[in-house]
Amino acid sequence: MSGEPAQASNETGMPRHQRLILGALVAALIVLPYILYPVFLMKVLCFALFACAFNLLIGYVGLLSFGHALFFGWAAYVSAHSAKVWGWPPEFAILGGAATAFVLGIAVGALAIRRQGIYFAMITLALAQMAFFFALQAPFTGGEDGIQAVPRRPLFGFIDISNDTTFYYVVLTVFLAGFALIYRIVHSPFGQVLKAIRENEPRTISLGYRVNHYKLLAFVLSASLAGLAGSTKVFVTQLASLTDVQWQMSGEVVLMTLVGGLGTMFGPVVGAFFVITMQTYLATMGEWVLVIQGVIFVIVVLSFRRGIVGEIAAWWKSRNGA
Amino acid sequence: MPDIFGIPPQALFGQLLLGLINGAFYALLSLGLAVIFGLLNIINFTHGAQYMMGAFVAWMLLNWLGVGYWWALLIVPVTVGLTGILIERTMLHRLYKLDHLYGLLLTFGIALIIQGVFRNQFGSSGLPYGIPAQLRGGTDLGFMFMPNYRGWVVVVSLVVCLATWFVIEKTKLGSYLRAATENPALVQSFGINVPRMITLTYGFGVGLAAFTGVLAAPIYQVSPLMGADLIIIVFAVVVIGGMGSIMGSILTGFGLGIIEGLTKVFYPEASSTVIFVIMVIVLLIKPAGLFGRAR
Repeated sequence: MSGEPAQASNETGMPRHQRLILGALVAALIVLPYILYPVFLMKVLCFALFACAFNLLIGYVGLLSFGHALFFGWAAYVSAHSAKVWGWPPEFAILGGAATAFVLGIAVGALAIRRQGIYFAMITLALAQMAFFFALQAPFTGGEDGIQAVPRRPLFGFIDISNDTTFYYVVLTVFLAGFALIYRIVHSPFGQVLKAIRENEPRTISLGYRVNHYKLLAFVLSASLAGLAGSTKVFVTQLASLTDVQWQMSGEVVLMTLVGGLGTMFGPVVGAFFVITMQTYLATMGEWVLVIQGVIFVIVVLSFRRGIVGEIAAWWKSRNGA
Repeated sequence: MPDIFGIPPQALFGQLLLGLINGAFYALLSLGLAVIFGLLNIINFTHGAQYMMGAFVAWMLLNWLGVGYWWALLIVPVTVGLTGILIERTMLHRLYKLDHLYGLLLTFGIALIIQGVFRNQFGSSGLPYGIPAQLRGGTDLGFMFMPNYRGWVVVVSLVVCLATWFVIEKTKLGSYLRAATENPALVQSFGINVPRMITLTYGFGVGLAAFTGVLAAPIYQVSPLMGADLIIIVFAVVVIGGMGSIMGSILTGFGLGIIEGLTKVFYPEASSTVIFVIMVIVLLIKPAGLFGRAR
């Protein structure tokens, strides 16, 4: 909690080094499907968007939601059900999933912002667990089996997304659009108020801001983008299941963001890449993956709190400042 | 005996008793969470895993060393409490100056580690733990047949809850504890060793969770994930009751257990979600919680 005035200068234009990093990242993402397996990359992109959405809350408003799997998972169910059972084209199914997350975001957000700090985390976790039990009992979610073999029909009627490489570029477009939106939100006057709330909530209230409106809007935006990620993921893995709504999933997105760096633009992307890679290559180790995740949590919290990108940024700053 | 609202009395009172037992577990666990939060400012996500450890250590004592239930009630809280003290000394104490959220994240990570290790060792299916010989069988109360062990669990939980309340609210030691919750620096300046008190408090809270685990072992199967879902329900209980009052935690725990038991009788589909629904209602009507102070 620093008492320094927020630096508002030159927040609209992207700094030169960030522009360079973004350019390199986009170039790499365009070339990567020719080097790495596209389905793996699409999974990374979906989770990166999920983590960026989560980071919008924890990193820029200081709200720890321990129930973001709710939005990811329920958007996935709605998207999968509408594509498979109702025969919706993918674009509408994905939007339907995101819209579901939007509505759920309003309900959960309005309840959770009634309490602060640690209670906020517990409320979101409890509400997500409630939604998990609904998913377990509701007939349309398919219970333990989930909704399998979601068809990849042509996007907009003419883009053949059954081809992995083609679909990869669609997912990349969705990810970049989501990322750009989050960048815009964070660097807008609205985003400045969010950061003010993070730094000192009572002071922001005394300045005349309706803090709860800002928190709720940020929550709904974050939930909707998490839903967009979840409903896109359905077409990547062609599966929506209980895994997507479980508390472990909420924990995973926290881990991704924490490893990459809370409150950094690129941190969640790096963290998602790290965690998904780890899960893919350690899949044969079964339960030990959970133990390793736990160990990473402990290490990061104890001695590495800025995360990968945060540490690099701090090193860069000290090198240029010295 | 006639049915009550179309439910046979044996089923109704049986579920009520089970609800009371679950309520006792909620009360014991949320009590530990509240005491730890009061002094450490950390929400102990590991609490569920430590409850599970309590049940497992009791199982290991019985099956590996032949040490029975009664000794387990004494040994388990101490040993698991000591592992808690180790966690506090090596890890938690570094976080006191930081945001609460880091404590939650760290203890979440520790819970993942503990649960993962136990799952690798024992698999996910439950292990049975027999009821001690002295408490087998049941008693006919006239309106219902009560298994003795279940009655014992309710009584002993109540006694432990009230004893904790008495120590914290009515003794000198408790007054130090309450004072340190309000202002640790001031209490330390009076010559009281606050860091040691913090360590012991964490150990006590963890021991309480382990004790609950031993009580639960003969009723539920001993399994590595027995605490994972329970801790989320206990979080909801804590949100409903608020963490400001010890007696509040006890009453909320027992009350919600009974409500959950009744829901199992009258509308079983909602029994897994009823506590969360109550949490939503409380948040709408009294956001600070039933016994909470707004802060």
